[in-house]
Formats: sequence, structure tokens, C-alpha cells
Amino acid sequence: MTLELFLQYLVAGLTYGSVYAVVAIGFNIVYNASGVINFAQGEFVMLGGMTAASLSRVLPLPLAVAGAVAATAAVGALVELAFVRWLTRPSLLRLVVITIGVAILLREAALAVWGEGVRSLPYFSGTEVSAFALGGVRVSPQVLWVLGTTAATVALLGLFFGHTMLGWEMRACAANRDAAALCGIPTRRLLTLSFALAAAIGALAGCVVSPLSYTSYSMGEGLAVKGFTVAILGGLGNSSGAVAAGLVLGVLESLSVSLWPTAYKDVVALTALLGILSLRPSGLFGSREASRLREPA
Amino acid sequence: MTLVRTAAAAALLAFAPAAPAGDPIKVGALLAITGPASFLGAPEARTLAMVAEELNARGGVGGRRLELVVKDTGGSPEKAVSLARQLIEEEQVFAIIGPSTSGETLAVKSLAEEEGTLLLSLAAAEVIVNPVTPHVFKVAPQDRFAAEMIFRRMKAAGITRIGFLSSNTGFGKAGKEQVEKLAPGYGIELAVSEVYDKAATDLTAEVTKLRAAGVQAILNWSTEPAQAIVIKNARQMGMTVPIFQSHGFANVQYAAAAGAAADGVIFPASRLVVADSLPASDPQKAVLESYKKAYEARYREEVSTFGGHAWDALMILARAIEQGGADPARARSAIERIQGFVGTAGVFHFSPTDHNGLGLDAFELIAVKRGRFVPLGP
Repeated sequence: MTLELFLQYLVAGLTYGSVYAVVAIGFNIVYNASGVINFAQGEFVMLGGMTAASLSRVLPLPLAVAGAVAATAAVGALVELAFVRWLTRPSLLRLVVITIGVAILLREAALAVWGEGVRSLPYFSGTEVSAFALGGVRVSPQVLWVLGTTAATVALLGLFFGHTMLGWEMRACAANRDAAALCGIPTRRLLTLSFALAAAIGALAGCVVSPLSYTSYSMGEGLAVKGFTVAILGGLGNSSGAVAAGLVLGVLESLSVSLWPTAYKDVVALTALLGILSLRPSGLFGSREASRLREPA
Repeated sequence: MTLVRTAAAAALLAFAPAAPAGDPIKVGALLAITGPASFLGAPEARTLAMVAEELNARGGVGGRRLELVVKDTGGSPEKAVSLARQLIEEEQVFAIIGPSTSGETLAVKSLAEEEGTLLLSLAAAEVIVNPVTPHVFKVAPQDRFAAEMIFRRMKAAGITRIGFLSSNTGFGKAGKEQVEKLAPGYGIELAVSEVYDKAATDLTAEVTKLRAAGVQAILNWSTEPAQAIVIKNARQMGMTVPIFQSHGFANVQYAAAAGAAADGVIFPASRLVVADSLPASDPQKAVLESYKKAYEARYREEVSTFGGHAWDALMILARAIEQGGADPARARSAIERIQGFVGTAGVFHFSPTDHNGLGLDAFELIAVKRGRFVPLGP
């Protein structure tokens, strides 16, 4: 394989790897705040893309994306208010089943609203055919939007959790819910916020990938599986771990295509996952503490 | 007063079209209305509803009302089998239209034969009716015709080395089989042949592989959004080689989805997608235009050939019932005698050895020009 081809595969892998990463970050935010694995995360991505595609018919693109992110965040908050908040001492299993139920509900609602067709947003810059050459590698400008959005999301989340009061409160809530509540932190409100934030990030990802891979009502399921894989691989709750793991998985998939038939892509990726997890049960970058699936207090 | 009313009612009745009497004829339909093949099943379901309504408004079929029992398979062969069982055993349908996809049809085929239920598949794979079995028919043209149309064109253009992509569905597998079998006969080598997942959202890596192999053209065989993604990925990567698609591309939604990248894509499809630009002398023109007009006025979306298959299936079944009577065995042999039936996919000539009834001329090569389909001509 020439260097140029290798780089082309690398770019392909980084592109979908970063989408996996953004979905995984959504998992992590909710997990950190509540201990819940929210399997409706993929549906938030779908809702973001679908809403933006509809809004973009009447609004300029930036407003359509902003509107879709806001609307999906509201849906995320509603999901928490309607299905999670009123539970007193729910078991982890029950929460997982509830989020799977919510995922099905959102998917069917999207089918009823938008129908079964595929939609897409226009390219944020350039068109379907435009690409620029980096060395010998040709990259669609939209790929840079995807990579850039992922990087910006991770950086902003880092600032939020590291340098704002609200971020500290959410981390306190994650570390020990009871102690946080004793300190006067409104833990329940923060849980709602975490769902809204995860939904907003998912929706943003749904918007930036829409021109590349299209949006359809059923896209959430596959994304949730990949995103969950990446979240586990990176260490549950660890967002920079999720980014690294997402990129690793994406590149692994892409390089496997270069060597073997495409059909083995997921086999290679999942074998790598099993291998890594058997060596490091808490994921590539996870601490033992964070990986312990605890009953939410 | 009562007398006047009765007389008025009698007068009204005399002028109203004969209302369908007797028990309705139940026709089952197995369609992939949701799921990855929903762009097949959804227009098929809409078309069936429309055609059944029209037939009933005109007095039904053979004087009996037609009742549709539509089941959504979600594109899953397993679900199709259990729903087929339900249609046959619980609903006791007269015949089944569908399934939408080849994989589902092959799964249901043996059940239809065991139960002796007439099955009119809307899927493309040749193996559905080759070898012929008594109760299974199909109204979509053969994959083989599509592959041959494409290879003829490639040969004329001097293309000898191509990259082939297909999806891991019944449609993709059946197409792959035909393409691999027929390519050598046209002096065409498949330098790369890759199968991707039907839910694929990016095929840059696969396209990179084709580029590395230095192919002269790309041929893609699938029915999912991936077929539009292939085009975009190839063009973004700067590949300028011609791109050919299967007849699964015949949905203008996909050409629109690929935008500027789709320009110049060539694929075989039935004349329905270019009904407007057909010469008046074309035998199908009237049928195509009337179906297109009715569908588009009612559902506010463009017709696709797949909806057309549903039109063909129900109309052929109606013709068979009218000629053979509402008896499954007689209707079955009536289909085998149908000659020169003008449908949306072509002009059907069935026989006991041909349960598809279409020929190579069912397809026309079509090119994409600025998001529209235009006939490519000879």
C-alpha cells in the first residue's frame, strides 16, 4: 500500500471514528450524571439530523442546526422528566429497559412524522463533489466539519466540566450523589440537564454527518451500538477516552477494509474490542472505579 | 311518500354502477413498508391501496369487492415467513402480493408452494422463478436483464476492468451472482468485488480500494441509501470513472440525495421513470402516464418503479380472476395464459415455463442529468 492510499484510508477511518466518538460522549454524559446507559442516544442523533433537514427548508442552515439542537435538547430533557425522574430507587436493569423503550418510541414517532425516506442537509461548505487535496489525499470539506465539531465539542465539554460551577456540580453529582445532595446541589435538576446536554451533542453530530451519510428514521440503532462499543472501549464515563477509542475503532475498520473483504469489517472491530476488554476490563482509558457498573443511588 | 322514495331509490340504483356483491376477495400483501427496504415497500403499499380502491369503485373484480390485507415485514425474511403463515392460515387469503425484497421472497417461496397459495413477488432475483414452481410468479424484471444491459453498454464503451460493489441483502447477493456469471462473456474483469453492510453510512474505504485497483468503471448493486453514498464518496475522492448502478437506483430520491455527484450515473430501469419523455408510439406510454398521474396527484411524491411493480401484480391478479374466476387454481393457470398485458414494468407474456413474462426490452438505460432521469438512447 502506498503512503497516499494509507492516508486515504486513515481519513475515512477518522471520519466515522469521530462520529462514533460523539455518540459515545453522549452516553458518557448521562452515565456520569446518573449511572444510566441511555440507549436512546442514537435516536437523539437521528432527531437532530431529521429536525435540521426539515428546518433547513425554511431557515438558513446555521439557524436550522441551532433550532434542531435546541429542539432535541428539549426532547432529551422531556425524556428524563417523563420517564426517569419519577422513579424512586430504580434498578439499573429497569433504567436500561426504559431507555430502550424510549429509543423505540422516538424511532416510531420519527417514522410517523417524517416517513421512511432518507433526508440530508446540504453540505455546510462546498457541494457533493467538492474536495480538497491534502498531499495526495482528497478530503471532503464536510469531513473537516465533522472532525472540527468533534474536537470543539470535546474541548468545550472539558472547559464546562473543569472550569464552571455547573460542571463541577455535575461531577460532584457523578462522584457521589448523596454527598452532592447534602451539599445543596440540586441533583435531580442536574440529571435533567445531563439528558438535555447529551441530546444536544447527539443532535449536533446528527447535523454534521447528515450531508455525508444521510439521515433516516432508523439510523439511531446502529449508531447506538457503535457508540456504546466505543464508550466501553474508551472506559465508561471518560470522554477523552471515548474520542481516542472512537478514532481507533474507525481506523481499524477502515484499514481492515483495505486488507480483507468489507464483510469482515465488524468482525475485526469487535475482535479488537474483545481483545482489549479481556486485557483491560475497564477499557483503554477507564479507571477501575468508573467502569464499575453501580446501582444508581 | 314511501312509494316516491322507493321509486327514487330504485331509479338511483339503476344508474349507479353495480356495487360489488358477495363475499370480498381477500388479497394479502407482504411489504417492507418500514426498515431498510422501506423505499420499496412504502410506495408499493400506497399503490396497492390506490389500485384496490379504483378497482372497487369500478365494481370490483369479477363482480366481487377486493379486500387488501397488508402486512409490514420490515424487510426481514423471518418476519415475512411468519406473516405469510398468518395470511394463509388465519386470513385465508386468495393470493399474496409480495414480498418486496428477494431475500424475503426466497424465504416465503417454499411455504407458498406447500400451501398452494398464489404468490406474486415484487422482487427482482432470478432464482425466484428459475426454476419455475407452480404457484410463484414475479412481476419485477430479472436481474440478468439489468446486468446484460449494463455490460452491453460497458463493452461498447471499451470498458474491460471494473470495480463491483454490492450490499449484503438478497438483492445484492442475487445481483452479484448474475454479474459474476455474465461479466466474462462480455470480456469484463471484476478487479475488485466488495460486499458492504446494508446499513453502511460511509464507503470511502471501499471506494479507496477501487481507486487503488485502477478500475475503469464502478458498478454498484444495492437498493439502500448506500448506493447514493458510493457515488458521493467516489466523486469526492476525485475518481472520474463512469459509475453504473443497478435497477435498484430507479428512485429519483437517490439521485437527488447524491446531488451534483450523481450527474452522469447510468442505470437500467423500466420506462416508468422516464414516462414523460417516451414517444407517443410506445405501447406502455398510456399505462405509465395514467399510473404516474394518479399516484403523484394522490400521494404528492414521485412514482418509483417499485410502486409500479405493485400496480402490475394487482392488475395481473385482477385480470386472472376475471378470466379464470375466483378460484385459486383456475386463477393460477389463467396467469400462465396472460399474453401482451401492458404493465408498468413492460409488456408481460406469461407461460407455464415463464413466470416472469418480461424480456430484456423491459429495461431502458437511463442517465442522471441534473437530478433528473433521462433515457440514454441506444
